[in-house]
Amino acid sequence: MATLAEFKTAEKAWWCPGCGDFGVLAALQKALVELGIEPENVVIVAGIGCSGRIGNYIYSYNFHTTHGRTMPVALGVKLANRNLTVIATGGDGDGYAIGMGHFLHAIRRNPDITYIVMDNHIYGLTKGQTSPTSDPGFKTKTTPQGNLERPVRPLQLAIAAGATFVAQGFSSNQKQLVRIFKEAITHKGFALVNTISPCVTFNRVNTYDFYREALVDLDEDPNYDPTDRVAAMRKLMETDELVTGIVYREPESIPFEEKLPGFRPEPIVSQDWRLSREEFERFLDAYR
Amino acid sequence: MRELVWKIGGEQGTGLDSTSDVFATVCNRLGYYIYAYKTFSSRIKGGHTNFTVRVSTRRVLATAAGVHVLVAMDQDSIDRLAGELVPGGLLIADSHFQPRAPEGVQMVTVPMTEIARDLLNPVYRNIAAIGASAALLGLPLQAFKDYLAEKFAAKGEQVVQGNWTALERGYSYTLEQAADKAFQLDPGDGQRRLIMTGNDAIALGAVAAGCRLVVAYPITPASEILENCARILPRFGGAAVQVEDELAAVAVCIGAGFAGARAMTATAGPGISLMQENIGLASMAEIPVVIVDVQRGGPSTGMPTKHEQSDLLALAYGGHGEGPRIVLAPGTAEQAFYDTVLAFNLADNYHCPVIIASDLGLGLWQQTVDSLDFDRVVIDRGPVVDPKELEAMGRDVFQRYAFTESGVSPRSLPGMKYGQYLATGVEHATDGKVKEDPANRTRMMQKRLNKIKKLEIGGQPVPGILYEGPARPEILLISYGSTFGVVAEAAELLREQGHRVATLQVRVIRPLPVEELRAAIGAAEKTFVVENNATGQLAFIMRAEGVEHPVESILKYDGTLFRPDEVAAAVLESYKGVPA
Repeated sequence: MATLAEFKTAEKAWWCPGCGDFGVLAALQKALVELGIEPENVVIVAGIGCSGRIGNYIYSYNFHTTHGRTMPVALGVKLANRNLTVIATGGDGDGYAIGMGHFLHAIRRNPDITYIVMDNHIYGLTKGQTSPTSDPGFKTKTTPQGNLERPVRPLQLAIAAGATFVAQGFSSNQKQLVRIFKEAITHKGFALVNTISPCVTFNRVNTYDFYREALVDLDEDPNYDPTDRVAAMRKLMETDELVTGIVYREPESIPFEEKLPGFRPEPIVSQDWRLSREEFERFLDAYR
Repeated sequence: MRELVWKIGGEQGTGLDSTSDVFATVCNRLGYYIYAYKTFSSRIKGGHTNFTVRVSTRRVLATAAGVHVLVAMDQDSIDRLAGELVPGGLLIADSHFQPRAPEGVQMVTVPMTEIARDLLNPVYRNIAAIGASAALLGLPLQAFKDYLAEKFAAKGEQVVQGNWTALERGYSYTLEQAADKAFQLDPGDGQRRLIMTGNDAIALGAVAAGCRLVVAYPITPASEILENCARILPRFGGAAVQVEDELAAVAVCIGAGFAGARAMTATAGPGISLMQENIGLASMAEIPVVIVDVQRGGPSTGMPTKHEQSDLLALAYGGHGEGPRIVLAPGTAEQAFYDTVLAFNLADNYHCPVIIASDLGLGLWQQTVDSLDFDRVVIDRGPVVDPKELEAMGRDVFQRYAFTESGVSPRSLPGMKYGQYLATGVEHATDGKVKEDPANRTRMMQKRLNKIKKLEIGGQPVPGILYEGPARPEILLISYGSTFGVVAEAAELLREQGHRVATLQVRVIRPLPVEELRAAIGAAEKTFVVENNATGQLAFIMRAEGVEHPVESILKYDGTLFRPDEVAAAVLESYKGVPA
């Protein structure tokens, strides 16, 4: 079984000191180790942005894609080889702005992919512009008079689109984050883990202290039932999504790749691709 | 007669496509060569549509200049199409709409609607039309009966009998009325050849090549590729997936390619525009992917149901930055099949996007294919590192983007221990990690761009051109895509007039076979490049890539394919005043 050291790379993470992404990286590596997954069987598909660098620091197969396209690339990897643990990662801009279309369709499709969104309510790598999760009135370089738009509520959107696993973590709550990641990775189907990952350089509003104060831990509420969709939606509306923990989970989820008619479970790459002469001729008969 | 042209016109959504399909398939089974095409628009019910079937005793791959038998299901079709009848041509009309024929046109009216009414099923009207057509073309009725019995076997005896009765009534009524006017087509040779479209051939080629994932977004005129694969792939353990847009379609294929599978997407111009960024990703991260573009009228939505060859520059050089891609240009269904197999082998051997530049004419029109050879289908998965070697190397040794003589570096696949690497669209070092220093950048750019300078599979060069005719011709006609068949016939027309003509089909658009083109054009007295676009894109590419010889462009961009006689006339026009 792989150790934590085996999941690390020699490269030093380039994030700003104090960036929430460090916590996401550490929790993800820990979760993979605890699940006993071998590094060569992990594929991290990362988007563009500060968070997109996460794959550089995990000794797995890594695919750093174009902006917003992690969902379809991850689907392709999973369809090609179902033995792989496929984890898509990216920021709030990557997932909820440029990649919003793919996000909702990935949920509808429900492939066995874990999607970790590092949400900091700001564009960090381009040095401080508004994000789809920025609060109204939030002042940035592109909204000097304050953000005019309502924020995307990713957890509610996900549930509305039919998500089978929806959770929210906080990068500084390592213990809970590791547990959420483990549950998300073992979930059979699409798992969204929106992870609050504060930007210490460009966002002086949504800070660690702000979240420590505001977040409600659903896992500590004995009366909260994460299999109740309606209750989950109500909770998210009541709290403005300022919650952590597993918000919703569908125990009977069947992943997309298992529903495809006739789709062989063996990785495509290990299959014998050649048709037999008889199959080929039968094939042509339809055109005679 | 060696060849006859049959056409049927009527309202869209009244089953004329399957009527035409029945007619073409039966003629193909009789051992004729078929070329079948249609005029249609982006609506489902209503509006005029027509289908033409060229039936010949030799191979034909172009639209016809005239029609011998026109079947009109409404007056609109007569008004629009009667002018296409050759002298002595016949118009068959449904007597139900009280047809009026223009001066000088011979018309035979057949009570098609009444026959259908008698049989209590309106679709039999079209079958009666086929019966009438068989009578006037001198085709054996039994062949049609056999085919209809096979086609409707699952629907039961009653349906088969109904079809037969409609067919026979249409046939015998027409013979009684107009036996003296009937054409007599030379008999077919009875060979049971294939009849298919380019879209069919590409789907077959993909499955034969080991492609197990076809992912696309519906678009005219490429949708049939996804539809065909949705039917076929589950039988072979694969899947066809319709996704939310073309951005996703190509990205899924690239993800699958990264993980070692063969995946393909198929689209038309608007989809290609959307895919450009990710095509660049596959170029940069050196990932195999196969993309089909069935070109239609552009730009923007352009003319979705009309033919054009105007995506060439976008396919060869589109998107930002400069990266490797291979562009193949099949001109027949047969070539489309083998090119699709080749495309997957090239993608896996050169680790880059391979684009199949099809076009509406090739993609949608049915044609006879002599045969497809199972033994010519070879699967070559290209350079993949041996997992045992990787394990022996240990961690952090394998260099996914190692500099090699050919520029192609053996790849590892997810699941292989110690083969881990970063695939990224960012400029990178040999291990895949981001690196932007000038020396590395220059070397990496050269590695990627130079690896596709010469294409080989299994040590055999991939032919860049197909040349037919004398070595030092008076006239050289250059084509690509479905224009190939037009130019072949145009060359014959010109030869009949005493000209020494050769044809050259460009089979690979990128890398362009510059040396072969130079030699061929250099040896010809006059060269014409025949393309369905307004700006002469192939001629432009030829000049840009260093084929400096003067050529003349023959262009058409009205949404229809060239006819052979049009091309021949355009060539002769440029000779005006110059003795041949």
